[in-house]
Order: sequence, then C-alpha cells, then structure tokens
Amino acid sequence: MPSHKLPTPESTHQEAPFEVFGYAPAPESTSIVSLAERYDCFINGEFTPPHSGSYFPTINPSTEEVLAQVALGDSADVDRAVTAAAAAFPAWSGLTPGERARYLFRIARIIQERSRELAVLETMDGGKPIKESRDVDLPLVAAHFFYYAGWADKLEWAFPGATLRPLGVCGQIIPWNFPLLMLAWKIAPALATGNTVVLKPAETTPLTALFFADICQQADLPPGVVNIVTGAGQTGQALVEHPQVAKIAFTGSTEVGKIIQKSLAGRGTHLSLELGGKAANIVFDDAPLDQAVEGIINGIYFNQGHVCCAGSRLLVEESVAGILLEKLRSRMMTLRVGNPLDKNTDVGAINSKMQLEKIEELVLSGVAEGADLFQTPCTLPDKGFWFPPTVLSGVAQSSRVVREEIFGPVLSVLTFRTPEEAVEKANNTPYGLSAGIWTDKGSRILWMSNHLRAGVIWANTYNRFDPTAPFGGYKESGFGREGGLHGLLPYVEISR
Amino acid sequence: MTPRLAVRKTYKMYINGAFVRSESGRSYRPEGNADMNLPLGSRKDLRDAVRAARQAQSKWASLTAMNRGQILYRIAEMVDARRDEFQEMLGGKPRHAQEVEDTVTTFVWYAGWTDKFQAVLGTVDPVAGPYFTFTLPEPTGVVGIVPPPSHSLLGCARHLAPVLATGNTAVILAGDADTRPQLLLGEILATSDVPQGVANILTGSVKELLPWLSAHMDVNAIDLSGCPEPLLADAERNAAENVKRVYRFQPVAPLSPYVMAEAIEAKTVWHPLAR
Repeated sequence: MPSHKLPTPESTHQEAPFEVFGYAPAPESTSIVSLAERYDCFINGEFTPPHSGSYFPTINPSTEEVLAQVALGDSADVDRAVTAAAAAFPAWSGLTPGERARYLFRIARIIQERSRELAVLETMDGGKPIKESRDVDLPLVAAHFFYYAGWADKLEWAFPGATLRPLGVCGQIIPWNFPLLMLAWKIAPALATGNTVVLKPAETTPLTALFFADICQQADLPPGVVNIVTGAGQTGQALVEHPQVAKIAFTGSTEVGKIIQKSLAGRGTHLSLELGGKAANIVFDDAPLDQAVEGIINGIYFNQGHVCCAGSRLLVEESVAGILLEKLRSRMMTLRVGNPLDKNTDVGAINSKMQLEKIEELVLSGVAEGADLFQTPCTLPDKGFWFPPTVLSGVAQSSRVVREEIFGPVLSVLTFRTPEEAVEKANNTPYGLSAGIWTDKGSRILWMSNHLRAGVIWANTYNRFDPTAPFGGYKESGFGREGGLHGLLPYVEISR
Repeated sequence: MTPRLAVRKTYKMYINGAFVRSESGRSYRPEGNADMNLPLGSRKDLRDAVRAARQAQSKWASLTAMNRGQILYRIAEMVDARRDEFQEMLGGKPRHAQEVEDTVTTFVWYAGWTDKFQAVLGTVDPVAGPYFTFTLPEPTGVVGIVPPPSHSLLGCARHLAPVLATGNTAVILAGDADTRPQLLLGEILATSDVPQGVANILTGSVKELLPWLSAHMDVNAIDLSGCPEPLLADAERNAAENVKRVYRFQPVAPLSPYVMAEAIEAKTVWHPLAR
C-alpha cells in the first residue's frame, strides 16, 4: 500500500478560467417509484421467498439509505429457478416465432411506458445521474427488446443456409454498472432465439431486475421463461455450477470471467464473456480538439467511469498534449458532481464502498508512482460514496493506473509521436474491448481502426451504443458479441 | 537387373517454413510401422511454432483477400498433384481416394471464401443516430488445432483451411499415430506460396504437448476437436488463462462458412455523419 495520502479535491483547486454558472437544484422526484420493504426471488412466474429465509439490504450509494431488503438466493433457489426454466423451455421454444416476437414487443412497450419509474429506480439503486438513466439506459433497454423482438420470427434469414436451434436454459450473470441495460442485452436475444433464462443481477443493484420481473408478469410471459435469483457471488457460482444450465453469459471483470471459464472446463456448456477493458482514446494533432475534449470527458466520466469500455487511457500526440490537457482541465472545472437524482448532475455516486476503496487505492498507487494528479474542484456530499473526476498525467506504460482497469472516473494520460507508436501503445494490454480515434484524416481513421485490436472502435465519437451494433471484446476482454446479428450467435446452435 | 534400392524419405515436421526434426532429437515409430521414425515434437518445438505463427500473423492477415484465396487454391492444386502418394499413405483403399478428393475440395472451397466471408459475417449497422457504423470480421490471431484423428488428412484440411482463409495463422498438433499424411501436407504448404510460419505442423504426443499449447499465452484460440476426452477438461482450464476461444467440431468440421466464425472477431466501427 503506498504511503501517500490522496489530496482532497479542494487542495488541487485552481481558478476556473471563467465564471461558472451556479445551478439551482433540480431534483427528480422519487414519488414515481413505490418500493416494497423486501423482495423475493422471481421463480416460475412468481415471487418466491428464498430457501435460506435470508435477505440482504440494497442501498442508495449516494445517501447510504437502505432502499429495500432483497432475497439472498442460494443453490436451492438456483436449482428451483433452473428447473422452472427447463420445464418452460419446450413450450417456449416450441411457440410459433411470431408469438415469441409478440411477447418481446410487449415487454419493450411496457418498458417504454414505465421508463420514468425505471430510470428513477436505476439512479436510486446504482448512483448514476438521472440524466443518463433517463436519456441513455432506458431508451436503449426498450430499443434492445424491440430489436430482438423483430429477430424472433426471422431467424431462418439470419444466417444463410443454416438452421438455428436454441440451447436451453441460459444462466446469465450481470454487473452493477448498467443493471437494466445489461439485463436487456442478456434476456432479449436469449428469448428471441427460444431459450429460457435464469438471471442473477448484481448484488448492489438488484432492484430494476425485480421490477422487470413485474413487467414479465404484466406481459403475461409464460411462467419459467424468465427467472431472477438475487444474491451475491455464491449465487452466481451456484448458477455456473448447475448441471442443467446449457449456457452461461457473463458480464463483469476479467478475473471472474476466467474463473467461470475454468469452472466450465470439460462440461460442454456454452459460454460468452464480456469482460474488462482499458481502452485507449487516441487524439491526433489534427483532431478537432474541442470535440475531442467532449469525447474524452464522455469517454471516462460517463457513468462515473463504471464502464468496461471507458476511454481510460488518453493517448495524445505530443505536439498537442499541452493545449489538450489545458482544455481538458478547464472543461473538468464545469462538471457537476453530486446528487444523481438532480437533473443537472454530470457525475453521480460511486456504486459501492468496495468500488470506492478500489479506486482510491489505485489512484494512490498512481500518485506514489509519480503521477501528477488533477481533480475537478468540488464539494462532495458527506454521505454516500464519491470520487471526483480525476486526471493522472506523467504516468508510464508500466504504471498500475495505465495497466489495470480502475472502473472509476480516473483518466491516465500518455503521449505518442507517430500513428505506429499510438497503435503499439494502445494494443499493449491484455484487454481489447474498445478504442477511440480523434483525427480529421479519413484514411488515418481507417488505418488505425484496422490496426487496433479492439471490438468496438469509436472514431471522432465515444461511448455510443445501439442494439443494431455488435459489442464485445478481443483478447482478455472476452468473446461473443451482444447486439446486432452477431448477438444471436451466442444463443444458438448453428448447423448448416 | 538388380532390384532398385529405395532412397527413403526422412519425415520432418514443418515449423516456420522449414522442415525440422524435433529439437529434442526424439522420434517415434507409429503402431504397426516398425520401419519408420517420425519426429516426436517437444514443448520447445511447440513454442518455436507458436512464435513463428505469431510473427507471421499480421502480414498474412494484411495480404489481400484475393491473394490469400490464390494461395489456398494453390494448396488444392498441390494436393491434387500428389493424390496417389496421399492415397497410398492413407491406406490405399478407394475410401482413401475419396478422402484425398474431399481434401482438394475443401481447399478449393475455402479459397473462394477468403473474399466472401465478410459479406456473410459482417454487417452494416443501422444505428439510431447520425453515425455510419459497420462490423467487420477480423482474424482472432494464432489458432492451435488438434485435428480429429479419424481422418488424418481431411481432418487437417477441414480444420486448417477455414482458419487460414480468415487470416489467422495456425499450429497443428497432429498426434503420434501414422502422421505421414500430415507431414506430407507440410510439404504441400511449403510449395504453395504459404508464407513461412503461417501454418505449422507438429507431430508427437498430444498428451505431452497439449498442456503447453492450451496454456500458451500467445495462442488466441484453440480447436480441440481431436482432444481425447480425458485431456479435455485440463486443456479447457488452461485455455481460460488468457480467455482463449475454444471450439470443437465432431466428427469433423463441416464445409460451412460458420466454421470460420469460430476464429474471427467482430470489430464494430462508428463514425459520425456531419456536413
């Protein structure tokens, strides 16, 4: 553990280059969400008390208030859920494709109808700004169901000459950074292709998945097609180890992804993994710098940097490094950090205490290794988990903050002189999820896109998502794609 | 006239474009063939092969699709030219002639895919916003292949051709049965303009070498079709160490473009539309 103490945001305070507006508070009301005191597992179409009788609290990370108690599912609950999913599979996969499509369209519509409620709940349980849950997460969730609903009755045209068969019961384990969106990415393609699912939401953000269970009931989805078992790591492990599960889909850290891949060894279980990243966001000297600054900000501070494809390594061409960093710092002065439910908030709360400690530890290690630290000057709330937007410059390729995924609002800055050097540095990581390129030169964009070993390349933009666009990693960022035509493949057996 | 005294061939592995005995100096006699010594590859041979495959990969992938197609077609031509030799090595029966014929067909078929799989496995993505977004298939990188032993020649062809067609490079672990056909395939590759290192063929004990191939951090994907069941779990566990893509086709990979999907990565590129 480095001995340095992390400077407080105030101590790095610099004069803003211009007068910054004050914003009056504009909090979104939480009255639209009515929370029960406690929530059970959703198994075979019904909310079912957990076998253990135990519940755990889920809190609002911006206030540390307990929102509700949630069932601690164990292997007995997982077994009941898998059994229900297996029992529902023949009928669900045997439905006419058109009927399966209609159920998914129904779900998409209900999500649209209840989008404000779900957005507010997502922000309460996860800490992300309401601006993002309202304008990014929820529209994408509905769009994802809408997109795969359309595939359900067109599968025979998806892959020329091939016959697709569903796999059976899919165990799906999702992270806490985009709880409902990750649920949509998992459930929509699985159901469209005729599978049934058992989903394990993240320990710190289970609530929107449980509201989704209610949506399944509203949609009259046949019992057992979607089952939701809440809990912690052991619940997920029970799902991975269940012999009746035909496929595991996991989104989370590379470390856990490897553990899952190992525990499935020799079992013939299908697997798709969407794991960590350490994306390079590469700025050339001919880039529109102001636009690039917006892209850098969006790339690393969107969702507090709790984004596997976050542009966490800024690679900037040496000749413009000075001016770019100056512009970046001045833009950072205007970021509003605070109450996630405030409609003006740019950066919300860190999702959990554990994550906050991880971010703090890594940033400290960066400072100990000689990094220059700059943070948005801001007053952080007393309660809750907070970390100000941070830039670490003067770091080396070998620094931990350059090599390791921080999963927080922390940007590390490196420089380069030639496109070849940019590619070399960008690819110098076991990860390969995403990358950004900022330049006015079209041929260079294509050359760079060609040479970067990453599954998603954003050129002159960053952090764009769409159900029609495949998303997923190279190398240790995982395998399989979510979204688009490619997103069907992890859920089918394909025979020519 | 006195009977002709044959000039016998020394069988060698094909690594980095060269014909080599095992660096270990070891050899083995396949069951029922006491008169031949085949190379018993070592883990150093395997590492050499992976290094060669890695070095060759980006250049192989950057050849034009047309060029890769011509090289795969050239492989078919070379197999065709030595069909009698292959048939005799395989056992000399009519079904062996068929296996050679199927091998030729396989290379011809995938030769034609090098500039077409992008149309089947790539997409233009109609995103909801002012962006032009497309998804291209790219090679995964270095692929380790344990071909199914049931068809010593066709097994190699069906599992190697799709990997090469998409721009990957390969290390084949051919096992320690009578691997003369696989070693002869090395000679075919050497005379088909396949750049050195792009395809490497090792013979030896799968049990001994597979742990090293499956655990190698510079191998991106592994085809375990020919992996004996008792070795499978360990191989897959090793493969997780660098999140390798693992796949199997049994009894042998079909002629299907979706076989190519196992060793490709989908890359999605976004760019804004603006005046």
